[in-house]
Amino acid sequence: MDLQVRRVVTVVVCLLATLLLVAGCPKAPEDESSLGAGMPTRPTKPALTGEPIKVGAIFSVTGTAGAPLGTPEKETALMVEEMVNDSGGINGRPLKIIIEDDQSDNTQAATAAKKLIEADQVVAVVGPTLSGTTLAIVDTFEKAQVPLISCAASIKITQPVKKWVFSTAQPDVLAVARLMEYLKAKQIKSIAVLYDSNPFGKSGAEVLDKQAPENGIKIVAKETFESKDTDMTTQLTKAKAANPEAVICWGTNPGPAIVAKNMKQLKMSIPLFMSHGVANRKFIELAGDAAEGVVFPAGKLLVAETLPETDKQRQVLLDYSKAFQGKYGKSADTFGGHGWDALQLVIQALKQVGPDRAKLRDAIESTKDFVGISGVFNLSPTDHNGLTKDAFVMVTIKGGNWTLAEQ
Amino acid sequence: MKPERTAWRRPAGLTAFAAGVALVGLLVRNPYYLNVAIFVGIHALVAVGLGLLVGWAGQISLGHAGFYGLGAYASAILTTRFGLNPWLALLLGAAATGLVAFLVGKPTLRLHGHYLAMATLGLGLIIQIVFNQADRWTEGPSGITAIPYLYLAGLPLNTDSRFYFLVWPLVLVALILAGNLTDSRMGRALRALGQDEGAAAAAGVDVARAKLGVFILSAVFASIAGSLYAHYLTYVSPSPFGFTFSIQLVVMVIVGGAASVWGPLAGAALLTVLHQVLANAAHQWAFLDGLEVVAYGVILVLFLIFRPQGLVAGRRAPRALRLTRPA
Amino acid sequence: MDGSGLPQFIATGITQGAIYALVAVGFNLVYSATGIINFAQGEFVMLGGMFAVTCYSMLHLPLALAVVLPIAAVMLVGAGVHYFTIRPLRRAHLLTLIMVTVGVSVALRGLAKVVWGADAYPLPPFSAGESLSLAGANINPQSLWVMACAAATGAALTLFLRCTLQGRAMVACALNRRAAQLVGIRVERMHMWAFALAGGVGAIAGSVLAPIALPSYDVGLALALKGFCAAVLGGIGSNAGALLGGVLVGLLESLGAGYVSSGYKDAFAFFVLLLVLLLRPSGLLNVPTRREER
Repeated sequence: MDLQVRRVVTVVVCLLATLLLVAGCPKAPEDESSLGAGMPTRPTKPALTGEPIKVGAIFSVTGTAGAPLGTPEKETALMVEEMVNDSGGINGRPLKIIIEDDQSDNTQAATAAKKLIEADQVVAVVGPTLSGTTLAIVDTFEKAQVPLISCAASIKITQPVKKWVFSTAQPDVLAVARLMEYLKAKQIKSIAVLYDSNPFGKSGAEVLDKQAPENGIKIVAKETFESKDTDMTTQLTKAKAANPEAVICWGTNPGPAIVAKNMKQLKMSIPLFMSHGVANRKFIELAGDAAEGVVFPAGKLLVAETLPETDKQRQVLLDYSKAFQGKYGKSADTFGGHGWDALQLVIQALKQVGPDRAKLRDAIESTKDFVGISGVFNLSPTDHNGLTKDAFVMVTIKGGNWTLAEQ
Repeated sequence: MKPERTAWRRPAGLTAFAAGVALVGLLVRNPYYLNVAIFVGIHALVAVGLGLLVGWAGQISLGHAGFYGLGAYASAILTTRFGLNPWLALLLGAAATGLVAFLVGKPTLRLHGHYLAMATLGLGLIIQIVFNQADRWTEGPSGITAIPYLYLAGLPLNTDSRFYFLVWPLVLVALILAGNLTDSRMGRALRALGQDEGAAAAAGVDVARAKLGVFILSAVFASIAGSLYAHYLTYVSPSPFGFTFSIQLVVMVIVGGAASVWGPLAGAALLTVLHQVLANAAHQWAFLDGLEVVAYGVILVLFLIFRPQGLVAGRRAPRALRLTRPA
Repeated sequence: MDGSGLPQFIATGITQGAIYALVAVGFNLVYSATGIINFAQGEFVMLGGMFAVTCYSMLHLPLALAVVLPIAAVMLVGAGVHYFTIRPLRRAHLLTLIMVTVGVSVALRGLAKVVWGADAYPLPPFSAGESLSLAGANINPQSLWVMACAAATGAALTLFLRCTLQGRAMVACALNRRAAQLVGIRVERMHMWAFALAGGVGAIAGSVLAPIALPSYDVGLALALKGFCAAVLGGIGSNAGALLGGVLVGLLESLGAGYVSSGYKDAFAFFVLLLVLLLRPSGLLNVPTRREER
């Protein structure tokens, strides 16, 4: 065979093999075993009959962008599926959650979205975990007219309102609002802002820029650091020279831990405030005793035990923590909570109107007084998030543990 | 190789290929498969250009994701901010990217050794930092949304199957261009270059200029692919345009085979799909979690050791990847 | 702003620079013996840090042991990388070998993520105590450890390469492979030693940096890129150049962030890399190059 022909043949064979692989890779819609495989076999309830109702989920279970926030979301989803099916399913029909991993990658998220909508024919999708991956697929969902309930916080997801897109994460606008309220109560008038150059940090910095002047607080220094930086003393020195009354650090691990340590190194004694990005055990472990006294806004899950009995969310939070701890032997976190809220919104709506994409969207949009993990949701055609700043409490770290910060 | 023989064989191969592309486009209705096919096509566009650089100039670029990103952001910014026609934006982006490639390639390609690899590495990183930091233009890490669709003859390319029929014909055009280049005066010069740089120079080949030309061309291919990406997803953010993707592109070229114009195409197809398969596998069997990244590295190393000419061997392994070193 | 920040900027720059210098020294070792730019160098640093953390917090070894053991471990990794991936390709073109190291680095990073997950880990500083105030700068005791390690490692390697038979044989391989072979030097063995030593130097960098930087599986790439800038800036192949280059990159970053913009901090380093490549490709300490060899 001559060379050129052989080469063409090779390419064609490669492409064919490729197509075969593609054809083989998504789980066939009728393949029921794929998801249940990793779970303990659940007792089949005779009450559940009929076709399962399929809900999609896209989480960042793997990927390069920091710690895989999607893991607790995936675990929560598996737990919710089991709980729903054990307690009668959705009006007698079993629920099936098909989980995809977007690997924290925009391109991959787009592919996963197409697969769920077209190949699996799901009625709604929860996730993705991250703002970037959510924004990458918003257009797909608007076009396909499928409800998407994101677990990411970027304000761009819900503003301007997109007909088919919702979010259950607490937006940083509310976290900053809560923080501003606290700063005002503490009579702090000038702050230095240090932020991670990742989407979380940058978005936070933008919101701070906007809200600080509205609250009569002056930002005297604004510095950024890379997520992989190993030293922030330069930025802190610059901030220190501007004589702020407090430092605000907006970022996700490990950057803020290094900032806390560096402040100690530089012997800066002004108060340090952080974001809900450090509302995890890892931060305390990384920053060690430098974490002591750091104050930040956080969802109530962190301090569920210490909430007053009158708090609406208290029981929901404790139940969720207990269930998660019982099933996985580790404590629940905020991100799992976003997943929980998103799924509960869908399930509630499904129970009301059944598996119809358009009706489902309308039902989700009209959800009122839904008590979730991240707060109490009141959705409307103009607010596809539905939380208020009461979703946050101010938390401080004392003796290596969280307590409510005194007002 | 006699010219009259090439004259029919290439069209035959390309026609068969075009027919295959059309067939897939008409038969496959599932947007998920089309979506994968579109990304294969977009990646193939970049890989074919990069393949020319590796195969014919014996140089490597570790910053092609940057050029791909320049195209994507040029399209995104020019269309959303200035309301420019998307096609015009695509061309302007390609021109600007070519200029950047010229500025970096001109001094480094004069030198022997792998300065281009190092310079493109630095350039790629700077480009990504700018995407992240120049908020005023790029909206920072949260990215630019609502990029308009491309229109062709008044028809918006807003479905997967329409976009498929834009991307794959372009891949075909890129293949024809690359093939013609291989058979052109410049291609002969590059081939001579690949065999013996000294002899080529002695025979009157402007070595540096030929290398520079092919480098710029590969950057322009990448930029066009980036523009297509932007109009397909209608969203860009800095994260896809980093060092990791640059490396993936190089892996596509090496695994596919850099000496043949078909090689990078095969590499792009195989790796894009492999990515899907590995991800799905890792997702089903938790113990595989994370191993798909390891697999990437291992595949690259295994190919370099056992099949350095890649899947689709060309006339011979390119100089850069030939197993034996001239004594 | 006033000049009050300057001493701190310089102190920070030198600390960071010492880390980059350590990474650059690792690049040099492999480069000067084999001509290969070893993209896995950053992964050696990461492995050093992760091994140290594992030895200390998971195996509960004493800190001194937890810091020294990784050096031997990563030397083994380095030798293994050479034995399994570089040696089989000993007759291949340089570009192939460079790509192999890229593949190795991707694989190592992936493996590290499988083993340690995506989280960062803390390690206590080598010597306890408050930060020291010196000429208006506050310096972490660990920073002094970093600087000392960089200087000591640079000096030790220079002595090794100049004054011992082994070291001189290694240099000989780099200068002229065939001639070295003809006088009876086992070139492949020398190359393996170069990789092993690079692993060792990487591990030193990794464990001395761990208390400051909180290592995670993906710290390698950023450090490798900065270290690479340092090596090229100083003149790749020269250890004095690596130290100089490292400190320059560190200072540039710190002063750039201090006086211009912290957002473009990393861009400064890479921009200087580009400038050096475009204007003075042999680096500041103009070492005679031998790149035409292959």
